[in-house]
Amino acid sequence: MQLTLAWVRGFYREPEAIFWVFGFPIVLAFALGIAFKNRGPGELRVGVEGGAGDSVIARALDSAPGLSAAVLDSVEAKAELRTGRIALLVIPGAPLTYRYDSTRTESHLARLEVDEALQRARGRADPVLVRDDRVVELGSRYIDFLIPGLLGMNLMGSGLWGVGFSVVQARTKGLLKRFLATPMKKSEYLLSYILSRLVFLVLEVGALIGFGWWVFHVGVHGTLAGLATVVLLGAFSFSGLGLLVASRAKTVEAVSGLMNLVMLPMWILSGTFFSYARFPDAMQPFVKALPLTALNDALRAVMVDGASLTRVSPAIAIVCVWGLVSFAVAVKIFRWR
Amino acid sequence: MTAAVRPPAVRCAGLVKRFGDLTAVDGLDLVVEAGECFGLLGPNGAGKTTTVEILEGLTPSDAGAVEVLGERWTGGGSDRRLRERLGIQLQETKLPDKLTVEETIRLFASFYREAQDVEAVLALVELGEKRRAWYTKLSGGQKQRLAVACALVNRPELLFLDEPTTGLDPQSRRQLWEVIETFRARGNTVLLTTHYMEEAERLCDRVAILDHGKVIALGSPRELIAGLGAEHVVEFTLAEPGSGLEADLGVLRGVQALRQQDGMYSLTVTELHQALPAVMSLLERRGRHLASLTTHHASLEDVFVSLTGRHIRDD
Repeated sequence: MQLTLAWVRGFYREPEAIFWVFGFPIVLAFALGIAFKNRGPGELRVGVEGGAGDSVIARALDSAPGLSAAVLDSVEAKAELRTGRIALLVIPGAPLTYRYDSTRTESHLARLEVDEALQRARGRADPVLVRDDRVVELGSRYIDFLIPGLLGMNLMGSGLWGVGFSVVQARTKGLLKRFLATPMKKSEYLLSYILSRLVFLVLEVGALIGFGWWVFHVGVHGTLAGLATVVLLGAFSFSGLGLLVASRAKTVEAVSGLMNLVMLPMWILSGTFFSYARFPDAMQPFVKALPLTALNDALRAVMVDGASLTRVSPAIAIVCVWGLVSFAVAVKIFRWR
Repeated sequence: MTAAVRPPAVRCAGLVKRFGDLTAVDGLDLVVEAGECFGLLGPNGAGKTTTVEILEGLTPSDAGAVEVLGERWTGGGSDRRLRERLGIQLQETKLPDKLTVEETIRLFASFYREAQDVEAVLALVELGEKRRAWYTKLSGGQKQRLAVACALVNRPELLFLDEPTTGLDPQSRRQLWEVIETFRARGNTVLLTTHYMEEAERLCDRVAILDHGKVIALGSPRELIAGLGAEHVVEFTLAEPGSGLEADLGVLRGVQALRQQDGMYSLTVTELHQALPAVMSLLERRGRHLASLTTHHASLEDVFVSLTGRHIRDD
């Protein structure tokens, strides 16, 4: 118990750690939230290369909703297209040429919009009447997707760093050996790390969710108890993983490397910033088996869809298995000196 | 007589520990009686720390038997009972940086079933004024006293100290000696390692001098020094190089032993007031001039030099 308290104290007296655990995710959420906020369909910038009839084309495009066009000479046009300042370049002539990078989503969109605007300007009529119904409903915006992902990422980061770092530090200082020279139980020692995480958990999760709700109105659709359960299990699981990563490492440098090795793939693969559905089918089973993927899925299901715990139980199971196996292996192979 | 009923605090026989090709401890036998302060002396790399860590149950030995307070290390649950009775200060342990003195002691106290009052420990090591200071803000001497305080929280019967005063200034060293003497005065046992001879001479009832993992001398500091056969050491160097004085110096009155190394003559003498003038007149007759001359009381350092031909500390 005193040991848990010691880790807690050691932590809050470390100002940098406070920032990385509490400040960083909030700053990140804020920046990303702003970047993706209310852009709606957005205005696409397109260019028209100088030539016969360029101004007519540019006027037609400019008057279309969602497009803004500028006449550019060919050198400028090339540069702007390459740097992505314009999504597409129209080269007048017969036939008209659209130059764009088809792998860019924006350019693809521009191709459709530009073509429609130009065809309509030349008198094409729509055979079917349509109406736009834009979705601005809470819970389906990017920020709604992002906040649970950040929460998961944060649980991973603080679990691994919080536990792993202090274990290795204690080892390099000879503190582990000193503890070994007392009648303290080894399992109690390892457990104390995990318990100390619990204390910060409340603050850390509270800060991020509170921030999301206050600034972006990202609510929790599921029950708070359900969310707390998922968060708790996630934190335990990553603390276990942190112990495992730190169980043999002898230097702080070594453990930092290991941490990054563990975390980096998950940052990218586990659907924190974008959906992991984008990865090829062959990778999906692997991606889904990662603890952060499972945790993110569970968090999103509870926060956004309001899912019950039973519905997210498969994801929770994956998280728990990772945690238990890591902890068991860590206790077995732990190096005390 | 209580001494008769108490078993030895530490007994080990035939202790061997190898690290790869290096034999750190090479068939070591020791008995530390209950209530005494026993010192392990020797140069760096003599096997002092390894020996102590084996006795503390932190390092397994390759061969030999160890008995601490009448019990053996088993690697099982009974070890914890034994640990309740030991106080251990390791060489170069750093405590948690951002904990205060008081919190650190409280933390260590929490590991034991029975622990002393934190106030009592603070008073013992005279850190009461520093109770709210972080570990990182303490001086070297204060850090070391805190480490000893952590070893004392459980009122141990046997205290292991591994180079407790290495790197400390004389005043901090004396403060720590007082803590150790207070502990001993209550009938407890201390086993300490050191490479400071004056520390061993002041604190220890008996010392074992270690070299290359073996005990090369054992006894009370006074006995060991008396074993040199003389009380004083005269050391001098000459202004001009050259030898040829050995034969004449050796027969001077009161000179028990003579060594000459790298131009430094070292004489062990019984009667300084007779030997010194004799040395001076010999030099005068030979027309040799002194570059330096020192004398001191024979110490454990001289015992080590006479046994191994080397100095304990090379600094």
